[in-house]
Amino acid sequence: MTDLDSTPGDAVYLDHAASTPMLPEAVAAMTRQLPRTGNPSSLHASGRAARRVVEESREAIARALGCRPGEVVLTSGGTESDNLAVKGLFWSRRGADPRRTRVLSTSVEHHAVLDPLHWLAEHEGAEVELLPVDDTGRLDVRALRASVERDPGSVALVSVMWANNEVGTVQPVDEVVEVAREHGIPVHSDAVQAVGQLPVDFAASGVDAMTVTAHKIGGPYGVGALVVRRELDVTPLLHGGGQERDIRSGTIDTPAIAGFAEALRVTVEHRDEQATRLAALRDDLVERVRERVPDVLVNGAAEHRLPGNAHLTFPGCEGDSLLMLLDARGIACSTGSACSAGVPQPSHVLLAMGADAERARGSLRFSLGHTSSTADVDAVVDAIVPVVERARAAGLAGQTRKAG
Amino acid sequence: MRVVAAMSGGVDSAVAAARAVDAGHDVTGIHLALSRNPKSYRTGARGCCTIEDANDARRAADVIGIPFYVWDLSDRFHDDVVEDFMAEYSAGRTPNPCLRCNERIKFAAVLDRALALGFDAVATGHYARLETAADGTVEMHRAVDHGKDQSYVLGVLTQEQLAHSLFPLGGSSKPDVRAEAERRGLSVARKPDSHDICFISDGDTAGWLREKLGAGSGDLVDHATGEVLGRHEGAFGFTIGQRRGLRIGRPTDDGRPRYVLDIEPVSGTVTVGPREELTVDRIEGRAARWCGLPPTGRLEGTVQLRAHGAEHRAVVSASPDDVRIELLEPAEGIAPGQAAVVYDGSRVVGSCTITSATRARTA
Repeated sequence: MTDLDSTPGDAVYLDHAASTPMLPEAVAAMTRQLPRTGNPSSLHASGRAARRVVEESREAIARALGCRPGEVVLTSGGTESDNLAVKGLFWSRRGADPRRTRVLSTSVEHHAVLDPLHWLAEHEGAEVELLPVDDTGRLDVRALRASVERDPGSVALVSVMWANNEVGTVQPVDEVVEVAREHGIPVHSDAVQAVGQLPVDFAASGVDAMTVTAHKIGGPYGVGALVVRRELDVTPLLHGGGQERDIRSGTIDTPAIAGFAEALRVTVEHRDEQATRLAALRDDLVERVRERVPDVLVNGAAEHRLPGNAHLTFPGCEGDSLLMLLDARGIACSTGSACSAGVPQPSHVLLAMGADAERARGSLRFSLGHTSSTADVDAVVDAIVPVVERARAAGLAGQTRKAG
Repeated sequence: MRVVAAMSGGVDSAVAAARAVDAGHDVTGIHLALSRNPKSYRTGARGCCTIEDANDARRAADVIGIPFYVWDLSDRFHDDVVEDFMAEYSAGRTPNPCLRCNERIKFAAVLDRALALGFDAVATGHYARLETAADGTVEMHRAVDHGKDQSYVLGVLTQEQLAHSLFPLGGSSKPDVRAEAERRGLSVARKPDSHDICFISDGDTAGWLREKLGAGSGDLVDHATGEVLGRHEGAFGFTIGQRRGLRIGRPTDDGRPRYVLDIEPVSGTVTVGPREELTVDRIEGRAARWCGLPPTGRLEGTVQLRAHGAEHRAVVSASPDDVRIELLEPAEGIAPGQAAVVYDGSRVVGSCTITSATRARTA
């Protein structure tokens, strides 16, 4: 433990889209619960006390997300919620009508959606259509409409993320809902990145199921929710005690949920001011990097974009060289989504946006959050020229030897 | 110095990295992802290309207290090592992919990138010793532990490459390295040694080659009479000098065993004959790589003709690219494509790829 405690950590943390530091309020709410005993499903006084904490937390989560408490199914986080939504809705919808075998989604979803979709295609006979996006990463709704209208009765569900985790592009969720609703098709949306940065109102959105996770909004790891309409049937992934509406079994993690609810409350309360602040910092970062590295390319959308996201390509560089050189200077960022074995693969998101593999490999994501400051931006701006020069030299070193 | 420690996930490279830190260097651990489709778990003790091996390397880096990254060199490895391996076998030669990997990947692609990124050297867990001579050149010598010595697979390194290399294990024995790993709390201390070819995960080289290159079935032919003694399922299952598994129904007239003498890649013809026909004492090689200046005139030294093979006293003469080796102690079963590494005492002089191995018909 002493080793870990003495680790200096990153002086400049710009990877909030991967995980953002816990808010002090959330730490306090969680640690208040840690020493207390009581399974929220138990019937005695301790159990009832724990249940009260869970239900008050659930109500706070519902208030923050614009849904009813009964619509909040607590899970272990984003990946579980996405799996539950995609597989659970596919199974229940096809169970009700065997013709419903199609699942429509986008080519830029998170792997927590894409991989369950591929699994359904391989093992359950699902026909998965990943609809194209434009060069900013935004879904072409006309393609969605055409696909739905080709045979509406065969569509089990539509899953479109609220905002992209890599390039920050915000999807036209309202238009997706409009298309699906005409044919009574349920819509799932992964809102892991959107919550806390954009106004997310479940009821107003018309979405039927929505994924949220705590550790992206200043809450603890390992807890999240699938917000899902009461009338929607979802086949469970985890069978057991039936704790969460019989959709999700497993003893409920009272302290984590208390921390999740408090983080969500604080984050949503400060969302607008934070979004304005982060967008200004982000624009400053992009502008000042561009002044120093004029051939830098900005990926993603100008308008429909998460305020904390800057996604840049440095031509001639390998993203992992850039990351390593910045890391050595205490600056934390990302080359895309984290991946098994840490092997960097060209991002499927950038490839879907029409970028070639070289552009995809030469990119970096800086994601800002509640602890970000002008000093962080200054640090990146100060480091970027030598870092890009070195990474370029390393990229060229690889090319010349290969050519020879 | 700023040092990249190449960490395979095995015990040797972990201890090498730790020793580089102890020596006062600023060390960054790098795991090379060499497989395009890494498997999640090791099967047996082979290779270093699984996600589990990457995790072992990462854990070792944590314990040593150094930063750690994965570099994806799978495309380079495929082009420069795997393709080369297949092309050599297709041409009827017997390549050593570990030498090729050291020449083109570990001490080329990785070293070039490291130098460009601001590092000064690459450290690996190879068992070999580096010494700086009076004139400043870096000499490579056999490891103190002759049983583990890996100078043979490093015989392709040039002065420029050696000048940016660190082999911290060259003075140690394997048991000492394992004990040290244990002392340092490295969980890989008891991990089995890797062996065989890392990209052939089940160790079945012949089966792998058959799958990639086709069956290559052909005749088994007697070297003296040219008589067809039988058919075989694939030439890749044979190596020169092989005795077992020929599956020829008839014994020889004098009852002595037959050995594989030659493999003709295009026709698939495998020539067999008596053991004395395997004996060679003249070797020609190309693609010479010298650790320092090329030898001038005739060098009396030793050569090693396969990994962990015996040393043969020899007289070596070289032009910059081509090498002629006169073995004073004959060798058996030498195949084109193998590397001949030349030593002067314990010092590695350089290496070449064998193009022909023959017997002087003077006797």
